[in-house]
Amino acid sequence: MGVGIDVEHLNAWYGATHTLQDINLNIPANHATALIGPSGCGKSTFVRCLNRMHETNPIARATGVVKMGEIDIYKDASPVEIRRRVGMVFQRPNPFPTMSIYDNVASGLKLNGFRNKAILDETVERSLKAAALWEEVKDELKKKSGASLSGGQQQRMCIARALAVDPEVLLMDEPASALDPVSTSKIEDLIFQLKSQYTIVIVTHNMQQAARVAENTGFFLNGKMVEFNSTHMIFTNPADKRTEDYITGRFG
Amino acid sequence: MSTDPTPIEAPADDNGFMRPPMDFQTRRMRWNSMRRHAVNHLVTGLALLSTLLVIAPLVAILAYLIYKGASSLNMAFFTQIPAPVGEPGGGMANAILGSGIILALASSMGIPVGIAAGVYLAEYGRGRMLAMAVRFTADVLNGVPSIVMGIAIYSLIVMRQMHFSAFSGGVALAIMMVPTITRTTEEMLATVPHAVREAALGLGVPKWRTVVSVSLRTASPGIITGCMLAFARVAGETAPLLFTAFGNQFWSYKLNEPIAALPLQIYIYAISPYDEWHRLAWAGSLVLILMIMMSVTLVRIYAGRGALKGAS
Amino acid sequence: MPQTSSSSQMDSAVVSQDAPPVHAPAIASFVPDAGPTAQDGPPSPVRQYLSTRGNGGLADKTFAAAMLVCALSIFVIVLFILTVLILRSKLSLAQFGFHFFSGSDWDPVSGSFGALPFIFGTLATSLLALALAVPLALGVAVFLTELCPAKLRAPISFLTELLAAIPSVVYGLWAVFVLVPIMRDQLGPLLYQYLGWTGFFEGYNFGVGLLTASIILAIMILPIISSIARDIMLAVPVSQREAVLALGATRWEMIRTGVLRNARIGIVGAVILGLGRALGETMAVTMVIGNHPGISKSLFAPGYTLASVIANEFTEATGDLYLSALIEIGLALFLVTIVVNAIARALVWAVTRGAPARVH
Repeated sequence: MGVGIDVEHLNAWYGATHTLQDINLNIPANHATALIGPSGCGKSTFVRCLNRMHETNPIARATGVVKMGEIDIYKDASPVEIRRRVGMVFQRPNPFPTMSIYDNVASGLKLNGFRNKAILDETVERSLKAAALWEEVKDELKKKSGASLSGGQQQRMCIARALAVDPEVLLMDEPASALDPVSTSKIEDLIFQLKSQYTIVIVTHNMQQAARVAENTGFFLNGKMVEFNSTHMIFTNPADKRTEDYITGRFG
Repeated sequence: MSTDPTPIEAPADDNGFMRPPMDFQTRRMRWNSMRRHAVNHLVTGLALLSTLLVIAPLVAILAYLIYKGASSLNMAFFTQIPAPVGEPGGGMANAILGSGIILALASSMGIPVGIAAGVYLAEYGRGRMLAMAVRFTADVLNGVPSIVMGIAIYSLIVMRQMHFSAFSGGVALAIMMVPTITRTTEEMLATVPHAVREAALGLGVPKWRTVVSVSLRTASPGIITGCMLAFARVAGETAPLLFTAFGNQFWSYKLNEPIAALPLQIYIYAISPYDEWHRLAWAGSLVLILMIMMSVTLVRIYAGRGALKGAS
Repeated sequence: MPQTSSSSQMDSAVVSQDAPPVHAPAIASFVPDAGPTAQDGPPSPVRQYLSTRGNGGLADKTFAAAMLVCALSIFVIVLFILTVLILRSKLSLAQFGFHFFSGSDWDPVSGSFGALPFIFGTLATSLLALALAVPLALGVAVFLTELCPAKLRAPISFLTELLAAIPSVVYGLWAVFVLVPIMRDQLGPLLYQYLGWTGFFEGYNFGVGLLTASIILAIMILPIISSIARDIMLAVPVSQREAVLALGATRWEMIRTGVLRNARIGIVGAVILGLGRALGETMAVTMVIGNHPGISKSLFAPGYTLASVIANEFTEATGDLYLSALIEIGLALFLVTIVVNAIARALVWAVTRGAPARVH
């Protein structure tokens, strides 16, 4: 089951740039939460702070409290432990080019030293089914490289890879922005499926996408979170003038 | 001069500026154009000629080597140790074994250190002054003459131990392998997309495991090629072995004794006054080059095996 | 988990109020049967396993430290070489000082050591080799990058790089048995006949000597210079070439102004790298230079280089001073090649920095 995330006074910097300014937010468990906003508004940085990927860049740092259930991820655990519990799907599909489809999906377990073959087989199959890719690849699991799939298939494989470690939270950083419309709709269907079991945070610059998949939506602008509400409210009755301007296409 | 077309008075345009005559057929221009095209063809010809001149010695060397070497090769070459002066026959079996031992020793030391240093430069040292300095030192070390490496290792190891040894030869060659391997490893790791590393880190894989199983594995074809280049380069080195491995006319496989090596043996035979030894030197050279090329090809084939369909 | 929409859990959401999703896609086909998560029971074996894995902090630190140590070992190696060469040549450094490099008398028997003949031999052969190799190498580089049909490019690059893979001692062997007779019987007399008046081609011509050594050196440094020059020319952006061609330039004018002018610093670097290699090249030169310490204007005369005197006399050196003098020669060679390589690398870096890494 998923777990909720409470963010308090989160600030983040890239070098001297203050990319996130005092973000406060409660992300409910087992729901999809969308983050929208113009390019460079800090929404990607925000999700990268939720699994401590932000700090992999040597010039980046972050302060504040991010609580996952009872755990403060910046105080009570190491980045490695957090990332095992908070899965991430990136903007562009990033399969491991030297690994087969099977190894790609199993990588989170294998690279952490998991060796039980029966459980690996089972997990790979279940994750690929959950990512709606099983039927397309089941005959060539170990023969074909993950990099040889189409873009949409690669992205679903990356989702399967993230699901295979059985995370509690799934972060998706514009997962469909590099894909064609058909693949995009498959990914959206998938998110719709998965949110009953995982807490999903999805960054998107596509407002229709947010409307289609998420119960709650947050609007980011210039490193601040302007508004957070149910998706329905954000799109039909925004409280903030800037949100309204963005939604009606007056800027961004 | 009469063939020159009469120059046309350039008309002044609306603003009163004079335009140059729009005529490409003046004699000067024609001559100019001819000259430019002649120079163009001349240089093209020179470039072609120099390429042929460069390939000619290569072909000459290889052809002569195969002609001379193949006619001198026989089974004894691979099974016997050198015959005493004046006696016919004999071979270089001990030198082939010795080269194998020295190179195995050098590779087992030089390859891990070289790859590790390259990993530091690409994965840990990005943008740091220390990495810049290491990179520069590696490039400089790469240019140190092999004979200097020989006397340095002589002074460092042989003088202390009071005897020549296979081990000191291995160390000298290992040091010569390191900079090449380090720089190729670094360059190859730099071609691994950052997104692939992020994918592993995002799964909660520790950094060291990400480096080993993802970055290095993705870059492995290039790194293996780099190691092979370094290996091929030191496999034919003679100068650093002159005062370290020293050479040996008999069987030797102990690491703390002087040991024979193929390039050393070729050198000794080449500058000797005996025809019989000259023939052996040619055969040795052919075997040396074939061994280098074969090991490079074998590793390439081995490294290419097990690749998956569509893997980049 | 049933595939109903998530409205049943809406109540527990912190912020959300009512609002079912705007559009519920038709999805029934790929609902996972149970999903990777065991629903309300104990955590799945996967999650249990991962939670016991620790944070890998110690392994990470150890690994990073090991990589750092290996990187630092490159420094240590260079420092070690320098220190040991200085220590072992102290005797000679103290005895001769700077006169070591200006004295032209090399007589181990009487204990008189001057390295000038070797410096002369090294410089003469290296510079002559450069003079022979640079125009050819640049010609090859220009041919490969600008003129060569695409089909021939790979095989010719491969062939020139194959030249670099041939061991020095094999070049030497070939030079002794093929090049030396040619120099002695054909090329030498020809040079004497037509260029004898210059004074560079005089005296007995044994076939071995400065000229032969220079020619074999030139053949050996060619691939280095041409492959680096080629990389540098490839790093010149296509836009530079097109800009010149668009002005109606011929191909050569494009190469001269669009490519060579932009790449000139790097090409100088490539040439200096070749020089570094020539200065330290040992075996092939030792086999054909004649090994006689002397300074002569004639290129037919035998000579001696810094590297070849070490190769020839090191194991026979009797007496500490003799050995120390030879090590001092090694020290000098080490320092000179370091300086030469440092300059060359700096120049090459200045041009290729930012260019994509070279893939072999």
